[in-house]
Amino acid sequence: MLKTTSVLFFSLIASVAVAQTDLMKQLEQADDSTVHYAAATFKGTRIINGHSIETVGKNNMDFIISHRFGAINSGAGNFFGLDESQIRLALEYGLTDRLMVGIGRSSYQKTIDVFVKYRLLRQSSGLRNVPVSVTLFASDAHNASTSTPDLPFYTITQRQTYTFQALVARKFSEKLSLQLTPTIMHRNLAEKLLDANNVYALGIGGRYKLTKRTSFNAECWYTPKRIGNTTQRDPQYTNTLSLGFDIETGGHVFQLHLTNSRGMIEKQFLGHTTGKWSSGDIFYGFNVARTFSFDKSKNRSNSNGY
Amino acid sequence: MDTRLFRLAFLLMASQLLAICASGQIYMTKTGQTSFFSETPLENISAVNQQVAVLLNSANGEIAVRIQHRAFTFPNKLMQEHYNENYMETEKYPAASFTGKLVEHIDYSKDGIYTVSAEGSLDIHGVKQKRVLKGQLVVDHGQCTLNCEFDVKLSDHNIQVPTLVIAKIAESISVKNKFVLTRKKNP
Repeated sequence: MLKTTSVLFFSLIASVAVAQTDLMKQLEQADDSTVHYAAATFKGTRIINGHSIETVGKNNMDFIISHRFGAINSGAGNFFGLDESQIRLALEYGLTDRLMVGIGRSSYQKTIDVFVKYRLLRQSSGLRNVPVSVTLFASDAHNASTSTPDLPFYTITQRQTYTFQALVARKFSEKLSLQLTPTIMHRNLAEKLLDANNVYALGIGGRYKLTKRTSFNAECWYTPKRIGNTTQRDPQYTNTLSLGFDIETGGHVFQLHLTNSRGMIEKQFLGHTTGKWSSGDIFYGFNVARTFSFDKSKNRSNSNGY
Repeated sequence: MDTRLFRLAFLLMASQLLAICASGQIYMTKTGQTSFFSETPLENISAVNQQVAVLLNSANGEIAVRIQHRAFTFPNKLMQEHYNENYMETEKYPAASFTGKLVEHIDYSKDGIYTVSAEGSLDIHGVKQKRVLKGQLVVDHGQCTLNCEFDVKLSDHNIQVPTLVIAKIAESISVKNKFVLTRKKNP
């Protein structure tokens, strides 16, 4: 009798268990038929100096304050560079979740830059498998400094420098993301005798997450000395190497770094980098990005960041 | 003796399966709505998910709910990123789920509004909690609408909030659900 009841009992349990896991299984299977996009390949819209594939969300605006202090090897008299700084202030806005525009002003050469950035491809798995994310970038930098005998401007056109980039990145794991950035830059006025109007460069950057809220970033911009018979850049200018950390706190992303470039936009860190890591000619700097949301479509009592 | 016993057990299992298949209807949705709200004097945070998958077996009241964290949309995209990256660890735990059983026996052929409770396990952030969730079931011409509100304590599910933002995120988050379930056509 005991045997009978136990067998009956277990058969009951078994069928109930089968049914219940079955419901969940069915739901999990439905997951595979959706597209999973890789999110947060980088924490910010910049890796360090250069752009990352990330854009700000729709109706969100980033206010970015960037500083590069003086050279660390400038001695105690200059407080190892902290006495002076170059600054860039920028407002960057997401028109859609894929398209963003921005405007910034750098104190270096009093440059105003405008840019547009579009997420062409998003890395995804599941139903649709795309191995990399691709973002297109175009910018114009306007040199608003006064015309001098050293650097005379005769027309507004001469003051413009255009940059075009294709940013290609892959999030290899939750921690590691890498990016390649082929770049073409066109300067209407080559400022030095040996400077070419067109400059071809390649950016290599990446991040490695140390904790949930911090990551280590590295970025290198390589410009070949000559393309064919043309020298690309006056030899006094060098390639850029930057190392830094991203730290995220609520509505802010802090990026602290060491770099041999004092410029914070393409025109400057590709064309005007003078510092050398080997001689300690490097600059301590930071970017602080604060995000504000202007999304009115959803009911919310406060509309700014958090 | 043994063979008879097993035959009996087999018959019983088969009849149960048959009962589930024949009389039991599976009600389902893939577009259920779940929203949550965190209220503090400093800041209110809310997010909506319109892609919640729910299955309800009317034969035995079993219910399964699966909520993808990535499908929650926030007005602030940075918040959305932080929700996934820092709090829910979506890469590790992609979805929250509930599996359980409605305690009350509902006559799905009769239209009406029923007060129901579901007993089962709520899995958020990889931590399972036994919960009894109370709600309301509206049966209307073969369509079931399930409304349910409950609170989730962050500490219950090992969701850590850094001290810097502790004043901006409520300890207990209120979660609202509305699932409009329709009869699943047999394949």
